[in-house]
Amino acid sequence: MTPARDLGKIRALIARHKRWDMIFGLCGLLALMIGVLTFSALFLDMALDGLPRLGWDFITSFPSRKAGQAGILSAWVGSALVMLVTAFFAVPLGVASGVYLEEYARKNWITDIIEINITNLAGVPSIVYGLLALGLFVYQFDFGQSVLSAGLTLALLILPVVIVATREAIRSIPQAIREGSYACGATQWQTVRYHILPYSSAGILTGIIIGMARAIGETAPVITIGALTFIAFLPPAPVQSTPPFLNFEWLFAGFTVMPIQMFNWTSRPEAAFLVNAAAAGFVLVAMTLAMNGAAIWLRYRLRRNIKW
Amino acid sequence: MSAVPGAASPMLDAAAAGARLKRRRSRVLRERAIEAVLFLAALVSVFTTIGIVYILVKESVVFFQEVPLWDFLTDTQWTPLFTDAHYGIMVLLSGTLTSSAVALAIAIPLGTIIAIYLSEFAPFSVREIAKPFLELLGGVPTIVYGYFALLFVTPLLQMIYPGLPGFNLLSAGIVMGIMIIPYVSSISEDAMRAVPMNLREGSYAMGATRFQTAIKVVVPAAISGIASAYILGISRAVGETMILAVAAGQQPNLTFNPLEPAATITAFIVQVALGDLPHGSIGYQTIFAAGLTLMLFTLACNVGGHLLRKRFREVY
Repeated sequence: MTPARDLGKIRALIARHKRWDMIFGLCGLLALMIGVLTFSALFLDMALDGLPRLGWDFITSFPSRKAGQAGILSAWVGSALVMLVTAFFAVPLGVASGVYLEEYARKNWITDIIEINITNLAGVPSIVYGLLALGLFVYQFDFGQSVLSAGLTLALLILPVVIVATREAIRSIPQAIREGSYACGATQWQTVRYHILPYSSAGILTGIIIGMARAIGETAPVITIGALTFIAFLPPAPVQSTPPFLNFEWLFAGFTVMPIQMFNWTSRPEAAFLVNAAAAGFVLVAMTLAMNGAAIWLRYRLRRNIKW
Repeated sequence: MSAVPGAASPMLDAAAAGARLKRRRSRVLRERAIEAVLFLAALVSVFTTIGIVYILVKESVVFFQEVPLWDFLTDTQWTPLFTDAHYGIMVLLSGTLTSSAVALAIAIPLGTIIAIYLSEFAPFSVREIAKPFLELLGGVPTIVYGYFALLFVTPLLQMIYPGLPGFNLLSAGIVMGIMIIPYVSSISEDAMRAVPMNLREGSYAMGATRFQTAIKVVVPAAISGIASAYILGISRAVGETMILAVAAGQQPNLTFNPLEPAATITAFIVQVALGDLPHGSIGYQTIFAAGLTLMLFTLACNVGGHLLRKRFREVY
């Protein structure tokens, strides 16, 4: 074999390998495009079907047997109240667990169990949380099929998200900050309270927003605990004009939430209700997109601004 | 501090020391109390797991006193709400497995390709745009995906294959697969980015192309992380509820053909929960038995994944 032919063969080999490189690059772009296209199709499809229906009436009306008059008032009020309960429980519990695991926990079997457990909980299907809530909150604790039961369920569901975000935010704080604080005579709690928590707050907030965005779109566990699908009244208002000003009856009221309202409309045969479903879906997607977008933006800013 | 050194009498000094000691003791006590509170908060997640297992097992035990385990596993009919009740979980399991298989056939190849592309090929700007975008894709509520599967993907598929019924596992599975892509791709990508640069540089120095490096060096080195991503994808697919409840129909159907409608374990639970079953009836307990099956299935996936990871873990 002459050297020239050898060289030709090598060149051909290189060209072939480079061709594969390019082909794979194109495949990658194509795969990404499938995601982008699907998302655009989903968004446009819903916007086209639903936007004409969206209006002030839609937001301020109760669901109705007549598709043209139905609205999402009870659904979004229910969602807001449930989110209130969820945040009330998930945020303190999640942040406290994260702080404990990063700052306090000793390396022993209890810590190992807690950590493995959190990883596993993140993989448990959401409907199983619904079954837990049905057995425990609804019947054992007798909270009924109420805002409180739903809020607690979703709080447990997003707890791993908040915990993991808190831990990651705390882990990125350099050890020197803690040592500086201890050197000034601060106790461990003072270090956490005045240094660790403030410096990790943006990262924690990111996790909370992502968790809440997930909770607002969760349907299955809320259906499982028996949320009603047709509600033409509002829970009692949490604030009243007579003392004691706060009213906690709403915690035990029946309710529906946005995704359930959408599910209800989607499963009806009449086309007019599908338009309502599209409009409700559009509101839902817009809300979760806004929340996730805010979280992403926050994280992006965080990455640029903090230089330890 | 009130006591000024040198100016006070010895007795005052002693009192000051006593006060300081008391303050320190209360400070230590407070620190302990705070640690205990934080520890209790961390235990909540453990109690959640215990609660899940307790509730599922408690209700399932009652169920299995009524229905023999053997029937549950081998019966080929699932009609728990009829007078002639049959409890063959196989029927629901077939729906779950078929739809999951369709979803994974979409999510695993596409997710892996996207991960390799973003980690090894994509220019910085593409990655900066694509990653948040994928995250948004993963944040869309599943009920919205269900609507999309039923009213957009199914009609689209019916244009290609006119015999397709309005409810079917195929379109639900496809949409589910697209929903899972971000989970698979983001975890796989993280694993690939964690592979040390010098492995890649060694490969490039030998004259390998980017594709060869990605396939023969980076992917094998990151295989344990990629496996975790697949496991997560599987448990998402098996546990997905709303897409199937909306788009796959709720008729129990023992089939492995994705072109047919069929109920899954999760869709059945939703269907029962929407009805009005009295607490303590056999129908009520069925959903816990179904939930226990689901839970055991995902647990098996997780344990299997853990063992796989241990076996193939690469340490740098």
